[in-house]
Amino acid sequence: MRIELVKRKEHSRKMALLSPVIAVGLTLAAAAILFALSGTDPLQGLYKFFIEPLTDSWSVQEIVVKATPLVLIACGLAICYLSNNWNIGAEGQFIFGALCGSFLPIVLPDFETSLTLPLMLVFGALGGAVWALIPAFLKTRFNANEILTSLMLVYVASLLLDYLVRGPWRDPGGYNFPESRLFSDAATLPLIGDGRMSIAAPVAVLVAIVLAIVLARTLKGFEIRVMGESPRAGAFAGFSAKRLTLFAFALAGGLAGLAGTMEVSGSLNQLLPTISPGYGFTAIIVAFLGRLNPVGILVAGFVLALSYIGGEAVQASMGVSDKIASVIQGLLLFFVLACDTLILYRIRLHSRRVPATGEVSRA
Amino acid sequence: MLDVVQAVLLTVITAATPLLIAAIGELVVERSGVLNLGVEGMMIMGAVVGFAVANQTGSGTFGVLAAIAAGMAMSALFGFLVLGLVTNQVATGLALTILGLGVSGMIGEAYIGVPGLRLPELDIPGLSEIPFIGPVFFQQDAIVYLSFALVGLVAYGLFRTRIGLVLRAVGDNHTSAHALGYSVLKVRFLAVLFGGGCAGLAGGYMSLAYTPQWVENMTAGRGWIALALVVFSSWLPLRVIAGAYLFGAVTVLTFHAQALGAGIPSQFLSSLPYLATIVVLVLISANRRLTLVNTPACLGKPFVPDR
Amino acid sequence: MTDVLTRRHKAGGARSERPTTGNLLHARGLTRRFGDILANDRVDLGLNKGEIHALLGENGAGKSTLVKMFYGALEPDGGEIVWQGKPVVIDNPASARALGIGMVFQHFSLFEALTVVENIALALPDPGNMKALAARITDVSNDYGLPLNPQDVVADLPVGIRQRIEIVRCLLQEPQLIIMDEPTSVLTPQEADRLFLTLQRLAGEGCAVLYISHRLEEVQRICHHATILRHGKVVSECDPSLETASSLASMMVGSEVVGVNHGAMAPEPGPVRLKLSALGAPAATPFATRLNNIDLEVHSGEIVAIAGVAGNGQGELFDAISGEMRVDPGMVVLDGAPCGNRDVTWRRRRNAAFVPEERLGHGAVPGLKLSGNIVLTRHGTGDGLVGSGFVSSARAAELEQKVKTTYDVRMSHDDPEARSLSGGNLQKFVVGRELDRNPGVLVVNQPTWGVDAGAAALIRQALIDLARSGSAVLVISQDLDEIFEIADRIAVISRGHLSVPEDARSMTRERVGILMAGGAEKKAGRA
Repeated sequence: MRIELVKRKEHSRKMALLSPVIAVGLTLAAAAILFALSGTDPLQGLYKFFIEPLTDSWSVQEIVVKATPLVLIACGLAICYLSNNWNIGAEGQFIFGALCGSFLPIVLPDFETSLTLPLMLVFGALGGAVWALIPAFLKTRFNANEILTSLMLVYVASLLLDYLVRGPWRDPGGYNFPESRLFSDAATLPLIGDGRMSIAAPVAVLVAIVLAIVLARTLKGFEIRVMGESPRAGAFAGFSAKRLTLFAFALAGGLAGLAGTMEVSGSLNQLLPTISPGYGFTAIIVAFLGRLNPVGILVAGFVLALSYIGGEAVQASMGVSDKIASVIQGLLLFFVLACDTLILYRIRLHSRRVPATGEVSRA
Repeated sequence: MLDVVQAVLLTVITAATPLLIAAIGELVVERSGVLNLGVEGMMIMGAVVGFAVANQTGSGTFGVLAAIAAGMAMSALFGFLVLGLVTNQVATGLALTILGLGVSGMIGEAYIGVPGLRLPELDIPGLSEIPFIGPVFFQQDAIVYLSFALVGLVAYGLFRTRIGLVLRAVGDNHTSAHALGYSVLKVRFLAVLFGGGCAGLAGGYMSLAYTPQWVENMTAGRGWIALALVVFSSWLPLRVIAGAYLFGAVTVLTFHAQALGAGIPSQFLSSLPYLATIVVLVLISANRRLTLVNTPACLGKPFVPDR
Repeated sequence: MTDVLTRRHKAGGARSERPTTGNLLHARGLTRRFGDILANDRVDLGLNKGEIHALLGENGAGKSTLVKMFYGALEPDGGEIVWQGKPVVIDNPASARALGIGMVFQHFSLFEALTVVENIALALPDPGNMKALAARITDVSNDYGLPLNPQDVVADLPVGIRQRIEIVRCLLQEPQLIIMDEPTSVLTPQEADRLFLTLQRLAGEGCAVLYISHRLEEVQRICHHATILRHGKVVSECDPSLETASSLASMMVGSEVVGVNHGAMAPEPGPVRLKLSALGAPAATPFATRLNNIDLEVHSGEIVAIAGVAGNGQGELFDAISGEMRVDPGMVVLDGAPCGNRDVTWRRRRNAAFVPEERLGHGAVPGLKLSGNIVLTRHGTGDGLVGSGFVSSARAAELEQKVKTTYDVRMSHDDPEARSLSGGNLQKFVVGRELDRNPGVLVVNQPTWGVDAGAAALIRQALIDLARSGSAVLVISQDLDEIFEIADRIAVISRGHLSVPEDARSMTRERVGILMAGGAEKKAGRA
């Protein structure tokens, strides 16, 4: 018995839509097993993790709050991955962008005008873009593997944040806690709704829609898709791989930096040694689950944000470790990748072939 | 003074060893044409499983064996996906790391703050009496010796045995290897398992010898540095030693510089290994001729047999 | 005008009657499917000891599939193979080798990073000691007139020598049958002659040779017997020396093959539309070929063909002319405008068009629909495909329909992905996409490689028609038959040097062969 993969003539449209659904289904099954293994009732666990957070308006808003940075980052990552630029350092771009965006409220706290917030967001986006351009530049100029360089910069950015928050940017009136001063109202993202949702959410939706249009209908989107699949054909079309790398990384970094700044000025209202529960990495999962399509990413971001809230919920009510959320996220990515195979291949189970004539002698 | 130098050398060895083991394993994997970015995930799983088993059984040996098994199990999952289902190798490797970090966090929760079992040192009689270099080179725990043996084994195996020749051939041109009748997928899967075992061992070393305790995310990116080391070594086993020890030295420098209290912020020192990795990658990759000639030609390319 | 298909063969070299010393291999009713394509349909084939047996058929007839089953690289879905009187199951290449069957592939199965002796060791079931093997390689290769140095790394060796490795690899296992798949496609005429001597010697020693080719002239020269495949079925068997090239071709294609209409060439050469002036470029990678001081002028109304064995700089030359590789401005001149440093879109705007060697992955994106592939090369050339940054899918579909109908591109449904088209149809599309723009200068690399005869004829005629309408056409090809069929002038590229083009009517294959072997470089004053 062996598995044989038979290549399809063309991408299967049907499977492209079904595969994320199947993947989620398999994840639910795996999650049930995980709950059982950790000594809790699987159905209860599934309910509390996946369903209950959706039943309450406040917690739905919390999901949206968590989904926002995921969607923003993942949209940028989708552009990168589609063009074969493996940006793994979004977490670092998020952090560095947040640092740049926090410059005004922390270093010039008296600058409280209507310009403060817009400038913060601009600095944040630019900062994230610059941090992302480092691995991009090293790739185009020196052919250095962007996976490793962008990842190394995540550690560097985290250490930089740690240094600033414990050192020069520590709140002078803060009793020596490692945190920056609180941001003033002028430096805080305005809220909408009755929970913690800010204008970051509609911004994320807008970004996703714009990028979806760009990818599907513009020449730039065409360039991105072609370069990712056939770089040689892209060169033949007159597209420059190097310029596209710089563009993709800058865009992704900018979006990640924007997300970081909005997170810091919206949800957290200050800088802390840790400002992200791994958004930059979870966004990778969001990007793949959303099939590298900004509209799909909107849905996928919501699903993964749900898993964060669900993790907190099962910890609070059932004593299960909240790490279960990252395990479920990792499993989800595995299932998404495995199910994606079905788009390009049909799976056939084979038994050993029997030769047509009667007596045969082995060679 | 001599004591300080000796102490530094000792710590360099312990810092370099996990890098060396993980890197040599990944080197074999990449030589067969597969890119496994999940080294960090496999290492951390090796660390937590090794620690947990050693703790439960009271035996360091069982801990080490369990660490190797954990790494191999993770890599088997990876192998099933990228070789059996032809999934994207980059994304699957990342998934492996994310999963490994998550699962290890979950398992490890019960062991935070629990005192660890340290692996005993092996004394090589006679030689370890030699002043100064004796304790440094001949009084290490078994895994350090094993790390060198592994490198020697891989160097010999790759270039002087049939199986090594076949492995290099598969990584160079999997279509031709298949045409000649070699089972590309089987060779790659075995290589992936070997890499997984090494990564698990490296992680186990960290939680059982390096700092005998469990801390969440304790590998702190060493798996990624090991990946960079493979590139740095141009896929040649003996060069991995140079790279690992160079990085070991940089890592140790950060500890000792902090101790010397030179007024440099500790975070900057801690970032040195990561910055050094970037520098090293740039230097090696900039020499395009070198990379083109030494990179296994099929690295990362999927293979589907047309039977 | 020479019509290749009616040329009579010349008797060359002593060739005996078909040996009947014993049936070596007999295939009965062999069948193999790929998905819903029936690649081999109940094929019967008989091989005798010591005979050189041709397996003829055009691209896609099923020749490669059949021999892969003999070699164990594929398993049949039906039928049986009888070897020396006994039915056998050949389920992998090692079993085939154990039986005494060796194969020399068309696209070599060599390992670039390894040495000659390592490459050969991998193909032997029991290589033994490497030193002893190296000595055997030296002995055998010299003995058969194909000398090799065991310690050479394959990546450093030229194509002709690489084939020797494949052959010596077979010879070391003392085969009783050697299968050769299109062996001369990568050889100069002189290298091919040397190969034929080796094959005749092997046949004399009792080894059978199964010779796959679509080169009718050489089949007539050296083969005792021929089996002809068409669409996966055996359509006839014959003694090739008793047939004419055109009767063989008809059997292969199944109908009267029409030659191309060469049209009348203008008495005076028109203005120069493409000019290469001292074109030189360093090798971009260690495996690339350096271009040296290339001069060429292509006039309006003519087809200039560049002949050459693979690996002599054709791809690099194409990239320099298309703009993927930038050079000094004056080195490439289009209709009087120096453009060596301009990108491909700029050159397309000056009404130049390009068709690369690889249709999938270079000329077209495999996973992209045909309408998308239209946009690939025509987004910047004023076809109305792009407006304010947005791509017009309606216009793309319109152009795709136009190309499809004009060039008879067959597809299973509307606007499919490029990868689902057959080789011939995709090539018609890729060429048609450029011809549809009526380019003033067209550069094509391997116009009909891997393409069935019908599509090939259509493409060649289209190239001639384009030239006669006033454009300048440059064709780079490894197929000498094709070159002699359509070219007005012929030049030869060898190790990055280009010979001075000569009139096709006075050019001979011998002369081309000499230039391929280095005559071009000698002309430039280099040894």
